[in-house]
Amino acid sequence: METKSVMIVGVGGQGSLLASRILGNVLLQQGYAVKVSEVHGMSQRGGSVVTYVKYGDAVYSPTVEKGEADVIISFELLEAARWAGYLKKGGKIVTSTQTLDPMPVITGAASYPEGIVETLKGMGIDVTAVDALSLAETAGSAKASNVVLMGVVSKKMEFEEAVWQEALNQCVPAKFIEMNRRAFALGREA
Amino acid sequence: MKKLMLGNEAFARGLYEAGCRFASSYPGTPSTEITEEVAKFEEVYAEWAPNEKVAVESALGASFAGARAFAAMKHVGLNVAADPLYTASYTGVNGGLVIAVADDPGMHSSQNEQDSRHHAIASKLPMLEPSDSQECKDFAMLAYELSEEYDTPVLVRTATRVAHSQSAVEMLPRSEKALKPYEKQPGKYVMVPANARGKHIVVEERTKKLIAYAETAAVNRIEDNGSDIGVITAGASYCYAKDALGDKVNYLKLGMTNPLPDKLFLDFAAKCRTVYIIEELDGVLEAHAKALGIACKGKEIFGCIGELNQVIIAEKLLGKVPETVPYPESLPIRPPVMCAGCPHRGVFYTLAKHKITVSGDIGCYTLGAAKPLESIDWTVCMGSSVSCLHGFNKVLGKESQNKTVAVIGDSTFMHSGLNSLVNVAYNASNSTVIILDNSITGMTGHQQNPTTGKNLKGDPAAAVDLEALCRAIGIKRVRVADPYHLAEMEQAITEELAVDEPSVIISRRPCALLKYVKHNPPLRVDFEKCRSCKMCLKLGCPAISMKNGKACIDHTQCVGCGICGEICKFGAIGE
Repeated sequence: METKSVMIVGVGGQGSLLASRILGNVLLQQGYAVKVSEVHGMSQRGGSVVTYVKYGDAVYSPTVEKGEADVIISFELLEAARWAGYLKKGGKIVTSTQTLDPMPVITGAASYPEGIVETLKGMGIDVTAVDALSLAETAGSAKASNVVLMGVVSKKMEFEEAVWQEALNQCVPAKFIEMNRRAFALGREA
Repeated sequence: MKKLMLGNEAFARGLYEAGCRFASSYPGTPSTEITEEVAKFEEVYAEWAPNEKVAVESALGASFAGARAFAAMKHVGLNVAADPLYTASYTGVNGGLVIAVADDPGMHSSQNEQDSRHHAIASKLPMLEPSDSQECKDFAMLAYELSEEYDTPVLVRTATRVAHSQSAVEMLPRSEKALKPYEKQPGKYVMVPANARGKHIVVEERTKKLIAYAETAAVNRIEDNGSDIGVITAGASYCYAKDALGDKVNYLKLGMTNPLPDKLFLDFAAKCRTVYIIEELDGVLEAHAKALGIACKGKEIFGCIGELNQVIIAEKLLGKVPETVPYPESLPIRPPVMCAGCPHRGVFYTLAKHKITVSGDIGCYTLGAAKPLESIDWTVCMGSSVSCLHGFNKVLGKESQNKTVAVIGDSTFMHSGLNSLVNVAYNASNSTVIILDNSITGMTGHQQNPTTGKNLKGDPAAAVDLEALCRAIGIKRVRVADPYHLAEMEQAITEELAVDEPSVIISRRPCALLKYVKHNPPLRVDFEKCRSCKMCLKLGCPAISMKNGKACIDHTQCVGCGICGEICKFGAIGE
């Protein structure tokens, strides 16, 4: 099969590394060749961050470039807009409706764009927007937005739920597993 | 069994399986996790050294003692370790010695974009270059074989996209290596001129043998796809090239990038009508090919700046332009920022308020250069804040010395700032140094250091007493201030700048992201009291923004540090 490309985008500190590990684990269980590319260090400090997950029969480059992504999973609306140009024609976006003002907006040098979801839909993109933060808080912690989003994504991919549950077990520390299971379930229902 | 592993984790697995017993490193993105991961194996003694020079020298000593030894660092760390590196090339090893160096093309988290292959060439050391996680493991193991067979330290170079990409790795059991007996051999180990002259000859002979190895080494392989176009490549660039060009071209994939084989290059090129060299950063492979008289193209097409990727290669060689629809509006950028509750913020706010010239250093606090605080005037390398300030003040004297400070983190201070502070005391510049002691090495993701009281394995360790240390080297004025108490910090800075002698202020408050740090409840803005003056926005706290004309605090980010409340003139911010 042709290599599929997923991008997980958000703001440093939102938990994109855990999300990419869960997805990578699911894909490995399915027997695909998988590459997950992360960036650590400076950009994790509240900057725009992107993680790539690629899978198929053979994966060479670990990165996803403009026009290559099948799916973008976004933790924050502005970041969904920023990376939309990386989607393939017919690609999908799953995004949290959470907004976090970047520093140029905080200092008044720029304003936060309005109507992002509508604009993305206007570009012909299949957009699923979910209030992942509220659902995560319902599950027990705002930090679980990442797992809520993976719950949403799990409904859009062809793999069985048990595989996702196993990936959760593998990737989440035991003491947080119940809360994360609730977060995942709320995402699947959303 | 196969497991998805970061390149760095796979590298650590390779060290473990190869019987490595000793690892000493200084953290540096993107190399840090190799040492963190290898420390998880009981069989491997692993430590954080205060800097890369100490790490390499310690690993060299462990090699002399007969153990398979290891040190890791980022590209700029290898500059710090260059001194022992170049002479360890002469002494060679007893137990195998492997040194990992992680380059950062694109500078995701670095101050320059240097190409570490130049160090391998200059120090005359073999260098391996893996392309993915499995190769990280395999090459770490091969490096030990080569090290012991050719009596040389071996460099293994990775890059961000290899170190921080996960792919599947086959795990095998550890093969335990007995210590090689240590024998006193002054001719081999005592590098005085009389011995070193003889060793230089040995090094040149070794290089010839390594070139012969490189000609037939399994890691230097040709993929003949029957094309008349040839691509010579290595490391991450191989992955980008395969992605873009698939099986349409032939490849010479080099797993060993120093020394380079001659005949293999010539034989590969002889079968190709056109040869492209695809490599990130400098044209090292290209220079070798051209010196052999091979007509080829590389840097004239791809340049030497930033990361390569499959789209760049497809565009340059195949004329394929990606189909992409950009978002129709221009979007505000999102640069990295100091975290909500970061203890550095109070220091930089105070420095910016007093328009102090700030000599910066390497760490999270480099973000003090970013808007809106824009406090830092220059940043060069680890430890340079203190020494640059010394030189600046010596030249400008009274014009600058009461208006300038250096800022340096606890880990960076122990890395190489200490020597610089000795110089401030010894050569008496009227300089004020602020040690930003957040009790951890922050930017690289929370590593222990000699000031934290814990070692790499998390066990209790001796902790440097920074106040006593500064006094012991001759700084008489040493004081501690809490950056969450702006009045206290302001008083410390203004008083120390006013005096005519060297001084140190230790800004002490643990990193807000440390697990043991208890956070206060998030603060709220009383909208009745808020006059929309935007004073609180001057802090550059990512948790504070304007919503409907009033300041608003994001409860998911705020850790209740309270400095916004301290600067609000209307008492509008509280629990």
